[in-house]
Amino acid sequence: MADKKPVLEVRNLSVALPTGADRIHAVEKVSFTVNPGEIVCLVGESGSGKSVIAFTVMGLLAKALKPTSGEILLEGENVLAADETRLRELRCTRMSMIFQEPMTALNPVMTCGLQIDEVLETHTKLDAAERKAKIIAILSRVKLPEPERVYASYPHQLSGGQRQRIMIAMALVLDPVLLIADEPTTALDVTTQAEILKLIAELQEGQGTGVLFITHDFGVVAEIAHRVAVLRWGELVEMGPTEQILARPQQPYTKMLISSVPSIHPVHRGVRKDGITVLRTEKLGKTYSGNAFFQKARVVKAAVDVDLDIRRGETLGIVGESGSGKSTVARCIARLIDPTEGKVFLGDTEIATMTAGKLRPHRRRVQIVFQDPYRSMNPRITIGESIIEGPMNFGLKREEALARARKLMETVRLDPNSLDRYPHQFSGGQRQRICIARALAMEPELLIADEAVSALDVSVQKQVLELLDEIRQRLNLAVLFITHDLRVAAQICDYVAVMSKGRVVEYGSAEQVFGAPRDDYTKALFAAAPGRHWEFGKFAAA
Amino acid sequence: MIEDVVDSAAIASASTKRRSLWALAIRNSSVIVGGVILLIMLAIAILAPVLGTVDPTRIDPAARNKKPGTEITFRLDDGTTVKRVVLMGTDSLGRDVYSRVIYGTRVSLAIGVAVSTIAVAIGLVIGLISGYIRWLDGIIMRIMDGLMAIPGILLAIALVSIWRAGLITVIFAIVVPDVPRVVRLVRSVVLSVREEPYVEGAISVGTPTWTLMFRHILPNTVAPLIVQGTFIAAAAILVEAILSFLGIGIPPEIPTWGNIMAEGRTLFRVFPHNILYPGIFLAFTVLAINIMGDGLRDTLDPKMSKKV
Repeated sequence: MADKKPVLEVRNLSVALPTGADRIHAVEKVSFTVNPGEIVCLVGESGSGKSVIAFTVMGLLAKALKPTSGEILLEGENVLAADETRLRELRCTRMSMIFQEPMTALNPVMTCGLQIDEVLETHTKLDAAERKAKIIAILSRVKLPEPERVYASYPHQLSGGQRQRIMIAMALVLDPVLLIADEPTTALDVTTQAEILKLIAELQEGQGTGVLFITHDFGVVAEIAHRVAVLRWGELVEMGPTEQILARPQQPYTKMLISSVPSIHPVHRGVRKDGITVLRTEKLGKTYSGNAFFQKARVVKAAVDVDLDIRRGETLGIVGESGSGKSTVARCIARLIDPTEGKVFLGDTEIATMTAGKLRPHRRRVQIVFQDPYRSMNPRITIGESIIEGPMNFGLKREEALARARKLMETVRLDPNSLDRYPHQFSGGQRQRICIARALAMEPELLIADEAVSALDVSVQKQVLELLDEIRQRLNLAVLFITHDLRVAAQICDYVAVMSKGRVVEYGSAEQVFGAPRDDYTKALFAAAPGRHWEFGKFAAA
Repeated sequence: MIEDVVDSAAIASASTKRRSLWALAIRNSSVIVGGVILLIMLAIAILAPVLGTVDPTRIDPAARNKKPGTEITFRLDDGTTVKRVVLMGTDSLGRDVYSRVIYGTRVSLAIGVAVSTIAVAIGLVIGLISGYIRWLDGIIMRIMDGLMAIPGILLAIALVSIWRAGLITVIFAIVVPDVPRVVRLVRSVVLSVREEPYVEGAISVGTPTWTLMFRHILPNTVAPLIVQGTFIAAAAILVEAILSFLGIGIPPEIPTWGNIMAEGRTLFRVFPHNILYPGIFLAFTVLAINIMGDGLRDTLDPKMSKKV
């Protein structure tokens, strides 16, 4: 494999950022190769320049970004020197790219078959019948059921995983030597992700395609990569075979990153089981029914018969794939939406059917931290105002509320003097801490974290998780932790409820659920977790 | 990884000030050009009496249909006579077109400002209610749909035949069909903002509904409303001119660009100045407002603001 000529050779590549950005180069002096039949993973946190490299190779870089030095050799040909016509010839025939979001990458008003046909029409001289035969062949190679039907389907008629298969089919239909995959499974559920990863590995092995795979997920790296390149702030930190990078990283940054990856094996935390029950749900359910005038109303059962209970000082995790109803349950408990069935007991108080007016005094007791740190604070008011809003709603004086906010800023390890700043002046991780501070300002009994660390980079994620856990211990809080990430759940939860299609399919202590899952769905979910065979080491950061 | 240090270095590096909408807007050249023309128009309207005008309603049978630039002898009320060059000529009743056009600026600007302010204010309240109180939404929006189905000009004709023609009637007639447009805009902003996590966050800390609306939702509607308001003002000025031209707007004793043109219509071939000058003023004013509106949209629209 290694003695063959590389399909892609990036030499000393630098890409300049527009003036006024936070650094001069998006990518600086990066060199690496991709050999035929090899999967090279570019891994790094957000802003590391990994996508910029992919777009530079494809010649799809935004106008504001300019490659300033180096060369990119695709089978010996420098694509940086190629003009637009030549690039167009190379795309799809020699190099292809698949993207993160399969819904937006496909044209919604064209059938999938015709979209692949477009590629063939542009690049080959085949006639219509030959093209169709070739498309049906590639559709069955990417293991889409009923290729004929898929050929005539529009993107919205297919699932996310199927759409990504269409993208792969389109990318590989002309047997390119290089496939660039830019976070192709990030938007997919874990079980679908596993299938797509398997498919990419099979296809590239069969054809000897070189794959440049971009990801932020070390689980995926462990699953699929032959070699790994670690990027940070546009510079190549370390590169080597997967085994070596994951098991014996040399650079402190790589060590730190890999140490931050949560283990999939739950930690035993020895929770006392005699705490007071803070929250209990009884047959909680939420049914959405569209009231349409002219057709039969559509009924969606987002949550059915959910029974949970959380005691003080305990973290209950709800895990599941998208659409499993985990967020619905959280929002019903916080009464951001009204449950349609069942009961929610907060202590001894039943809040599921309470009117808005009666509910207000109880709002304080349940607080929620949301997923998207960029949207969970009002951008027009200072973070101080955001934090004190709640306590002041409950009658605290402004000065007292501010004093409390300053204390909380210290609790979440931010500078108390920055209370008069606006949310956009903080990074994602910092904002998430501010949101935690805002929730704690209400002195809640139950803290709900709805995918609170999912949008964060792995090293920041680790810090926020540690902070959450520390706060739980210090304040003896009950925490309801919603996540799709099994690794995160394994690290932070005492109890785990696995949800699928609105129902809790398995519920028990973390050790029990992770160690010996009983339900078939839980088993499938765990089996699909990328890199589950790999135990990420903990390295002392040098 | 967490050290017990306060994380302030990164905050300091990102300390860019939030620019106010106003500061953003005046950096845009379209806003400046449109704004300057409008300021000139405003100055003309306010300073009308001192800009060498005479009483715009004063009829002079001796000086009918004079072409622009003609020198006429002007007899004042006390019997003395002055010689005066009529810049824009006189109309078929011998009234000074220049004075009429300058005074007409007052009506047009007043209509523009009044209609956009009233339409935005009413639309804002209804839109907030419609977007926030879900069960009322269907009812309100069907009424709005109904209002939108009424053509503005026909509504004006109907109103004038019920009440008497006048400034209030005209403003009312122009406001009514504009309100649903504002309502739709505000409602769409409210519907998208109310799903934002920060609004849900505010709900979960027990923020009362009114505070929620005014503090967290309302500010998001300001930028689109400013833009919409300018376009409403431009359209209102045009509609007023049309109504006056049709003789169903402002009564003829008050000079407006529309009724100056209407009165000049019959003799247009011979004396085009009666229509030309008010037409130019009308076109420039509407153009200036639209240019400014475009500029404001470029700077204030969240989708465009990334470029700034």
